[in-house]
Amino acid sequence: MVKTNKQKAGNIITALLLIILGAFMFLPIYLTIVMSLKPQEELFIFPPKLYTLRPTLDNFSSMFDILDNNRVPFSRYLFNSIAVTFTVTFSQCVFVSMGAFVLAKCRFPFSKLINSVIVTSLLYQSNVIYIMQYAVMSKMGIIDNPLALILPSIASPMGLFLMKQSISQMPDSIIESAKIDGAGLFRICWQIVIPNQKPALMTLIIFAFQASWNMQGGSLVFQEQYKTLPTVITQISTTGIARAGETMAASVFMLIPPVIVFMLTQSQVIDTMAHSGIKR
Amino acid sequence: MDKLKKLWCDVRKNRDCYLMLAPFMILFVIFTIVPVIMSLPVGFTNFNMAQPPEFVGFDNYINLFLSDKVFTKAIRVTIIFAVITGPVSYMICFLLAWLIDGLPKKLRSIFTLIFYIPSMANVYTVWKIIFSGDMNGWLNSTLIEWGFIQSPVQWLTDSRYVLGVTITVQLWLSLGAGFLALSAGFRNIDRNLYEVAYIEGMDSKLQELVYIVIPSMKPQMLFAGVMQIVSSFTAGTVAQELVGFPSTDYKAHTIMTHAYDYGWVRWEMGYASAICTVLFIAMYVCNKVISRLFKE
Repeated sequence: MVKTNKQKAGNIITALLLIILGAFMFLPIYLTIVMSLKPQEELFIFPPKLYTLRPTLDNFSSMFDILDNNRVPFSRYLFNSIAVTFTVTFSQCVFVSMGAFVLAKCRFPFSKLINSVIVTSLLYQSNVIYIMQYAVMSKMGIIDNPLALILPSIASPMGLFLMKQSISQMPDSIIESAKIDGAGLFRICWQIVIPNQKPALMTLIIFAFQASWNMQGGSLVFQEQYKTLPTVITQISTTGIARAGETMAASVFMLIPPVIVFMLTQSQVIDTMAHSGIKR
Repeated sequence: MDKLKKLWCDVRKNRDCYLMLAPFMILFVIFTIVPVIMSLPVGFTNFNMAQPPEFVGFDNYINLFLSDKVFTKAIRVTIIFAVITGPVSYMICFLLAWLIDGLPKKLRSIFTLIFYIPSMANVYTVWKIIFSGDMNGWLNSTLIEWGFIQSPVQWLTDSRYVLGVTITVQLWLSLGAGFLALSAGFRNIDRNLYEVAYIEGMDSKLQELVYIVIPSMKPQMLFAGVMQIVSSFTAGTVAQELVGFPSTDYKAHTIMTHAYDYGWVRWEMGYASAICTVLFIAMYVCNKVISRLFKE
């Protein structure tokens, strides 16, 4: 392919646009990282600097000190967070994928109704729901139990909507031919459809991971040994510039796992269609 | 009777479908549908969480529209908010996802991360410091340094700037779900389509957009649209965290903030619920309009 001048100009404009927007998006994150590395006295320098003269991990160590001062060691909170996040993400992916496949590709009584209920439920945002959810959970006796953090997050209507939209693009012919070959719905779902939906599935993993990792469970679980990291960090972090260093350190620390998961999943998103042999 | 029998037959024939849907549906019904249904009637009651709800008919709705002056302001703010952040951030999402799609793999990952990272971080503290009203605020000190202003501007409390600041931060935060879904959608487009189109003599990006991208991206675009409606109509957290609650002169007081006020501050759950129902109806209508657009 010979690049014309027009294309070259287009590429330059694209690059400029991406760099400018990227700078705007990244600047606050960059500032967060810089501030988490600044020693206390540098936080008050005027004018504030975009870099730090003496980077230090003091903020991090004092954050960990505060976290470790509770009756339960820090590692317990970390373990809780990882356990809850992993359970939610895994079950959500499995349940949502199966549900989305069926709703996108099968026609059965009430399928249309279920579809519209799920989309509509995304739009109904009310603070009364949380109270009623709490009422339901207390009837089930799972308040103050890790299940209260896990169960409600699994059935995410947003995740299902996302997967359903993506699966609906797959040509019906593939599913039909699999049916003719004698594969059951379950096998079609896990061996043919989902492996072809990597971009959407990876997106779902990111959403689920990030939502459950950052979930505030303060009103659902009261025992110290069941609490997760975000709850505890909210408890200890106060705003105001004097404690800003620790707060920033906590933000940066909480950001690391989602970023790692994000990078891992992104590297999985290859050009699926180019490798799957699907031709329309 | 015959119809019921036929339905039952249909249901039995599709047993596998229901089985695969069941795990999701059971949890969905328990934790979403049941609470939603339980909360619907609350809007017609006086409910303070301590005493049993008392039925008051349409009183809450009448008060809301006839005597609640702050609610009228909240409607205005919400509409301004939704009209600006909704379409703008949708277009940015789409444009960015599209531009990124053409990059080599490594660069693509980096840029996707940069544009998505705001949705993962807890960042209100840093924005507060950026817009802080004293000379230590990043924006103020930069503007003073460069000589644009002489004395610090009260970004977070001056009623002239409150809404603008909130909208900026909301836009920054709002790429999230829609952007990621759209860029996943771009990954799903059959690469052969581009080659075929190239051979057929297509030469501009615009043609590519109209003839290939939009037709193959409709489902993801609908998803992003719905997510954008939800996030722009229910915006409220940003304002609360950033410019305080209540904001100066109610300049950043959205319907959701209003519901928060009555629900969690005054414990008038009946009234809060009525507010949320009105918001839901507005979002539902908006969603119907947008879905119609995508079907065509």
